[in-house]
Amino acid sequence: MSGTSDLSRWTRFKRSNLVYDFFHNKVAMVSLVIFAVFVLSTVFAPLIAPFDPYDPLQINIMNSELPPSWQDGSDPQFVLGTDDQGRDLLSAMLYGTRISLIIGICAVALQAVLGISIGLIAGYIGGRTDSILMRIADIQLSFSTLMVAIIVLAVAKAIFGSQSFNEYALFMLVLVIGIAEWPQYARTVRATVLAEKKKEYVDAAKVLGFGPMRIMLRHILPNSVSPIFVISTVQVANAIISEASLSFLGLGMPVSQPSLGSLIASGQAYIFSGSWWITAIPGFFLVLLVLVINLLGDWLRDVLNPKLYKG
Amino acid sequence: MSLLSVRDLVVKFAMRHQTLTALDNISFELARGERLGIVGESGAGKSITGFAILNLLSKPGFIAGGKIMFDGKDMAALSNEEMRLIRGDRIAMIFQDPMVTLNPVLTIGEQMIETLQAHRKISRADAAQIAIVKLREVYIPAPEERLSQYPHELSGGMRQRIIIAIALLLDPQLIIADEPTTALDVTIQADIMELLLELCQNNKVSLILITHDLGVVSQMTERTLVMYAGKIIESGRTREIVNDPQHPYTQGLINALPQQTLPGHKLKQIPGNMPGLGALPTGCAFHPRCDFATETCKKTMPEFINFGDVKVACHEVARLHQINKTAEQPDD
Repeated sequence: MSGTSDLSRWTRFKRSNLVYDFFHNKVAMVSLVIFAVFVLSTVFAPLIAPFDPYDPLQINIMNSELPPSWQDGSDPQFVLGTDDQGRDLLSAMLYGTRISLIIGICAVALQAVLGISIGLIAGYIGGRTDSILMRIADIQLSFSTLMVAIIVLAVAKAIFGSQSFNEYALFMLVLVIGIAEWPQYARTVRATVLAEKKKEYVDAAKVLGFGPMRIMLRHILPNSVSPIFVISTVQVANAIISEASLSFLGLGMPVSQPSLGSLIASGQAYIFSGSWWITAIPGFFLVLLVLVINLLGDWLRDVLNPKLYKG
Repeated sequence: MSLLSVRDLVVKFAMRHQTLTALDNISFELARGERLGIVGESGAGKSITGFAILNLLSKPGFIAGGKIMFDGKDMAALSNEEMRLIRGDRIAMIFQDPMVTLNPVLTIGEQMIETLQAHRKISRADAAQIAIVKLREVYIPAPEERLSQYPHELSGGMRQRIIIAIALLLDPQLIIADEPTTALDVTIQADIMELLLELCQNNKVSLILITHDLGVVSQMTERTLVMYAGKIIESGRTREIVNDPQHPYTQGLINALPQQTLPGHKLKQIPGNMPGLGALPTGCAFHPRCDFATETCKKTMPEFINFGDVKVACHEVARLHQINKTAEQPDD
């Protein structure tokens, strides 16, 4: 029986508004293709990348600052040139995008777990619980993410020392970006919960004797996924930018495991000596990645907003 | 002993500047297997009575007094958890609009199985079997297929049948149906009512039918309460109330039925609107709209007294009864 119901779910999905709209929207299609290329190339980075940027033996300082292959003085081995330490920029970027995406997605997952549970509780229980939780969210929001992150990361770096901080940098970044941004989710979820809990199916669920946990998780939450979906895409893009900014400031990923942000940072000193590609190429791909995620988010918001297609 | 006994129930709403009384000393009894109709205009307090019985008044409403006994237990003495176990299991409720009472993102099967599993230790497969049996009882064609469908794939009448099936899932002793057919097509209304009546009779379930439709009440119920502005103004056996209403408001309701008017004539409506709870008139709340109101009606609240076979809250009931009698005599 589960087989047939899975099949019907798949056919249902294929016939849904979402899929129909997707195939009639060029921007969404192009964005998804680019995003898929990003994801696939980072997942298979070890297979695609010509060099392993984490292996010091493959790095030769004599190859430093070689320009991309279409410029004079380039080495055909290094398609996009090399950075200041002689690392192949293409390989470093493939691995770097991987780190950026991992941090972006994990941080957003953490934000979502925190924000959704707090938003659900605040919206459903209401009253004093709601006021307290939302005031905490307001306070959290009034500190900018970067400011919180800079303080926390700088303190962590001072306490743990540079060496061990570098080991846990990925983890720390996920934690800091995740915690700094949960109010975005909490506010959105709370607003939808407030609207949903007035609907009669919630009364009906209460009348059927369901407990508050079940009503929140099984009844209200699934009816609130559209805004959660939309906000998630925006938040992934934001988290990637935050990570890049922090790495650029030297509080993120160490130079030995560069993310897109730390690559941009490492090239910054060489822009005026003519080696523009170390900063510009990762910068371009960072912009492209964030742009396609945002475009996908915009498209999702349009499709999932019933006012826009029913009206 | 009666299944449900409501004594002097008072429900208030704590608003910012004042506390409004939504239900004022409501008392009634409901025997096992009995069907009771609660009739009144919008805002008379019919639905609030239903929610108060289940202790599900939403803020700012609260029960300010009175006693609700269900199956020998005082509802006020139950813990939240005990109350939760009664809801759905012993007392089920059917709402007005079937378009919005089913959860839009869960399949019919999931909603039915979930309901069973919330109250009984039962496997999914067994629960699904019970669900199919109940769907068949409410004459849903191909019940096995319905289980994997979502509410939006079904028509309004079909959904209300499913809601009735969900209400019956746990074999409750009492069903509170709050205007169960108001949102449906007229042709389907009669079907649903007939189904509800049949199921209540077959399963010996008590029914509280909340409606503004006296026609429905006369077909469905044995006893009737007529409510106005938070009070019961007339109660008794449905037959007596429909055939020989004593309170001028009940008379007005019956005269307003389209059947009472010849084609091409204007419907006989009761002039005016029901007063808001914040602006109740002194004395009898109905007096501004009543053709028979006297000075006493404007000043003092009428008692709820026995009059013949019914109980009625009206100062002028004896005089009215006389007027009606003389009006009817020439027909003999």
